[in-house]
Amino acid sequence: MRLYKKLRQTNKNEMKKYWWKYLSGILLLYAVIFGFIVDVPDTMIEQTMRNLFFHVGMWFGMFAMLFTGFIYSLRYLRKFDEKEDVVAMEAVNVGMMFGFLGIFTGMIWASFTWGTPWVKDPKLNGAAVGLFIYLAYLILRGSIEDVHKRAKVSAVYNIFAFILWIVFVLILPRVSGAGLHPATGNDVTPVLPMHMDSGMRTVFYPAMIGWILLGCWILQLRIRIRRIKSKFNDLLT
Amino acid sequence: MLGKEIKYLVGKEIRLELKQKYVINGILLYLMSTIFVTYLAFEDIISVETWNSLFWIILLFVAVNGISKSFAQESPARHLYYYTLASPQSIVLSKILYNLLLMTILSALAFLFFMLLMGNMVVNMPLFLLALLLGSLGLSSILTMVAAIASRASQNFSLMAILSFPIVLPLLATLMKVSSTALRNLEWSGNTGFIVILLTINGAVIMLAYLLFPYLWRD
Repeated sequence: MRLYKKLRQTNKNEMKKYWWKYLSGILLLYAVIFGFIVDVPDTMIEQTMRNLFFHVGMWFGMFAMLFTGFIYSLRYLRKFDEKEDVVAMEAVNVGMMFGFLGIFTGMIWASFTWGTPWVKDPKLNGAAVGLFIYLAYLILRGSIEDVHKRAKVSAVYNIFAFILWIVFVLILPRVSGAGLHPATGNDVTPVLPMHMDSGMRTVFYPAMIGWILLGCWILQLRIRIRRIKSKFNDLLT
Repeated sequence: MLGKEIKYLVGKEIRLELKQKYVINGILLYLMSTIFVTYLAFEDIISVETWNSLFWIILLFVAVNGISKSFAQESPARHLYYYTLASPQSIVLSKILYNLLLMTILSALAFLFFMLLMGNMVVNMPLFLLALLLGSLGLSSILTMVAAIASRASQNFSLMAILSFPIVLPLLATLMKVSSTALRNLEWSGNTGFIVILLTINGAVIMLAYLLFPYLWRD
């Protein structure tokens, strides 16, 4: 009986810390199920509109992760605390994963909508350039041996890369000529596509939150793994 | 105070360069040989698109080669000496200005040599020269910042190329669009959007370099 009560108590403590992980799982499950049930407006792209919950949601997750990396790079430059550099790097890793998935889902969507997986469009080119910039960040990290120098140089490059990412992915497609992807040129839609009807919105906003929370969860796991690895290495040497 | 420091530092760079002529000679030779190779590769009159893309690709490689040496030439002891004398902001701005001067001269020479060998296809000369100027500014600021970052890492040319190409790509794409309209007709109107883009990229990069360089410089 006492053991049973003890187990119940530990479960309650866990829930206080981990509620958001359960929430992310529930939200994404809701998005996957209801994403295919809810009514979509009758436009040219018909049922593939449902990709909005996944493709756009993943890009928001990527943006959240890269922004986290940016903030932690700034914090590293203020106090030079190693832990924040680890967070920044892992945030970029998770952001890259979301970015690749986002481009992959985008390609699937594009081959239905425009006939080909890739077109010459400012937003697509900006997204590809953004991914290359962050891949170069990972290569830069790999090329420096000394831990402190690596952390400082990559923090500087991360800040540089994030601002340029915003310019290339969000600002330039607006300013350059009209393209095929929504939110380029003089297209009136703001960042959040407003031409969804209310039915889609009930799935989209929870899905977006679910993707961001999933990103945070993966980030936390990666940071923990890295900490354990570094402690292991310290014990060995 | 900042202006005076920058003036002295740019003068120092120019004088160092004129004394040794190491970078300038190497880059000029690189420029001439690549343009000559393209001249030999294309036998007769080429299309406007090809002229445009060849010119900017050659200019890009010349820029990467030329600016990659800007932080690597002086020894760390010399850098420590500069650290005690001048503020890091003036150092980075002076390097950007010096590289801008270098890039303007190189792009003018490249254009002249290109005109000589491949023919002059430019219709709207002022627009093309504006594109050259903005391109020189953009390439100089981006590549100087990347050279500063890469110089703290291993002294590796390929690292500098890897870091700089993704950032330079949108700049180059916009420059190519502007110059392709300059090669075709005399219109100025359609290009204001692109020029705004170029100015935005230039401004953002220079501001970032100004803010971030002190952290790199401290070592």
